[in-house]
Amino acid sequence: MKHTLAVLVQNKAGVLARVAGLFSRRGFNIESISVGPSELPGVARMTLVAQADHDELEQLTKQLHKLIDVLKISDVTNDPVVDRELALIKVNADASSRAEILQVVDIFRGKVVDVSERSVIVEITGDTDKVEAMIQLLRPYGIRELVRTGKVTMVRGTRTVQASG
Amino acid sequence: MRMKGAQAVVAALEREGVEVVFGYPGGAILGVYDYLYDSKVRHILVRHEQAAAHMADGYARATGKPGVCIATSGPGATNLVTGLATAHMDSIPIIAITGQVARAAIGRDAFQEADITGITLPITKHNYLVKDPADLPRIIREAFHIATTGRPGPVLIDLPRDVAMAEIDFEYPVEVDLPGYKPTYHGHPRQIMEAARAIAEAKRPVLYVGGGVIASGAAREVRELAERCNIPTTTTLMGLGAFPGRHPLFLGMPGMHGTVAANFALNECDLLIAVGVRFDDRVTGDVRTFSPKSIKIHIDIDPAEIGKNVKVHIPIVGDARLVLRALLDQVEPALHSEWLAQIQAWKEEYPLGYVEKEGALMPQFVVEKIYEVTGGNAIVTTDVGQHQMWAAQYYLFDQPRQFISSGGLGTMGFGFPAALGAQVGRPDAVVFCISGDGGFQMNMQELATAVENHLPVKVCVLNNFFLGMVRQWQQLFYRQRYSASRMVNPDFARLAEAFGATGMVVRKAEDVVPALKRAMEVEGPVVIDFQVAPEENVWPFIPAGQSVAQMMGLEELKKAKEKRAARAGREAVTLAETAPGREGRA
Repeated sequence: MKHTLAVLVQNKAGVLARVAGLFSRRGFNIESISVGPSELPGVARMTLVAQADHDELEQLTKQLHKLIDVLKISDVTNDPVVDRELALIKVNADASSRAEILQVVDIFRGKVVDVSERSVIVEITGDTDKVEAMIQLLRPYGIRELVRTGKVTMVRGTRTVQASG
Repeated sequence: MRMKGAQAVVAALEREGVEVVFGYPGGAILGVYDYLYDSKVRHILVRHEQAAAHMADGYARATGKPGVCIATSGPGATNLVTGLATAHMDSIPIIAITGQVARAAIGRDAFQEADITGITLPITKHNYLVKDPADLPRIIREAFHIATTGRPGPVLIDLPRDVAMAEIDFEYPVEVDLPGYKPTYHGHPRQIMEAARAIAEAKRPVLYVGGGVIASGAAREVRELAERCNIPTTTTLMGLGAFPGRHPLFLGMPGMHGTVAANFALNECDLLIAVGVRFDDRVTGDVRTFSPKSIKIHIDIDPAEIGKNVKVHIPIVGDARLVLRALLDQVEPALHSEWLAQIQAWKEEYPLGYVEKEGALMPQFVVEKIYEVTGGNAIVTTDVGQHQMWAAQYYLFDQPRQFISSGGLGTMGFGFPAALGAQVGRPDAVVFCISGDGGFQMNMQELATAVENHLPVKVCVLNNFFLGMVRQWQQLFYRQRYSASRMVNPDFARLAEAFGATGMVVRKAEDVVPALKRAMEVEGPVVIDFQVAPEENVWPFIPAGQSVAQMMGLEELKKAKEKRAARAGREAVTLAETAPGREGRA
């Protein structure tokens, strides 16, 4: 099954290569990975989505822990979380279809962030299902280009994923 | 104190108590060499950087101290790679310091540039590219700390040449601050209690002991546990010497070329106490059928080893010595006489042995004689292949750090430089390298290093003019089509002489002992070319990925036993009373 891991790492050069290299070397499948600075100086937060069964996940987590730069790993798959990804979709839109597209985007609370004569760029933020649904609906018009971020996840409530925890 | 980066490297090595480094200079690392020139740190100049890594490794395995190797950027650094991977697989603490092109030139495909931190990412415990000269003292301190604590392993420090030239304030840190690195040393008390209970309840326990016991210095604890509870003990290739080879409870080595008794015991036991092992495929064969009847206790310092290959019931993460100490406080003596009788029956039925070939010098015989002539006290290093297995089977190791071999990576070319490193670290020890004609040729250029540094290593080449293990597999699995396994070899004795070492050739059994005795008397390095039976096989043999039931070579062992019995007459009955491996020739 799909697992979402919140990982705290030292924000050092090469840390992403270490994590990604570990996945390929140990034969684990990585679905998405997103990294950025956290609220702590010198510490970055990763959200990793990986396809793994129970044993594989255990092994993956332990191997990640062995990386000196990894501070903390939490499996938040079964926790109440807010998760989001963002997609930019460049879709064909001429005068005849533009109004229809705008309507669809509006229903999904997406945004049109660029308009040209024959296309628009749609920005959509949400969980994976919502982004997928948006893409499916826009597909018939002709998607010229699609860019997606990986998923970012945060546990609901006051609990946080911290290095000391 | 203000000093150059290069000077800081040497000062840090001195602070870490490093007595010797193995290396090879070149453009990007010359700064460090300039300060080594005035340092009390001894430098051993190798003839190929791969050997520097293996020597640092052999030094570390023989002494328990971290080994240090130095190379320049680009090809110097890439030549270390096999040595680092070897050390990584066997959890050996080495520090590699490599030169790098100047920071501004990195990424521009500069002369002798290679991304060595990228290349060594999966084969080091950790590595560093020093970008800020001010970080240098901290990085070196951290490197030694990481290499030598927890599960040991190699750490590489890549040093750009302009960082080496930069002036820094040198203050060597005592403490390290690594929030992401906190090895667990003490086992969980509840798990230890569980283990003690399982030991008390076991009827057919086996101790399965590996390199972790040597790394943690737990040989005494293993022996105490084995003797108190009468637990038969098997040691992996990496664990040889962690339990006395002549001990009545010793089963020999398990796995692919392990003894019948060890493999049968693993198969039949109801409790497997695995200490500092990683359930390597060369031991388990098919994991689905490995030790099917046993409750498994696994003691290891690396949590990632728990459950990696085989499911275990009582995992204990911690240092082998500390965990066994705690366990020993809770276990009561036991006899297990029925189980021991069964083990003894297996030992008697299938002792190790070999059938003499008419007019040929047997390689196993050579190993037996090396054992006798050295009184069982030599440090023995090997390359990889048939000779390695015969050394493991027929030389009985009583002490940890006595047997030095590339277990995990299986690196040919390891034995000779590792022997030189071991000799540097233990100058008073008798060091033998048991090698093959293939393996020795992979790093024989180090004869020059041996002669230059007066390292009296004795190299015994079991020369069968074949890549013996390749040939054995081709014979058994590839219809005897000896593709690229036959070798035309140099005259090893004359080669040794050309380097300024002593060379000998031995073709007959009766010349073995005199040659070995002479070699022991020679003060310098010696190469003995033992021209042995060309198509001898290592038995027993469980083919890769198979189970005990598929063990081959039992007929051979029986034949050896019968011949021996016929020759020795009635005395043969007492043969099996000795430990496995000392059954001798037939």
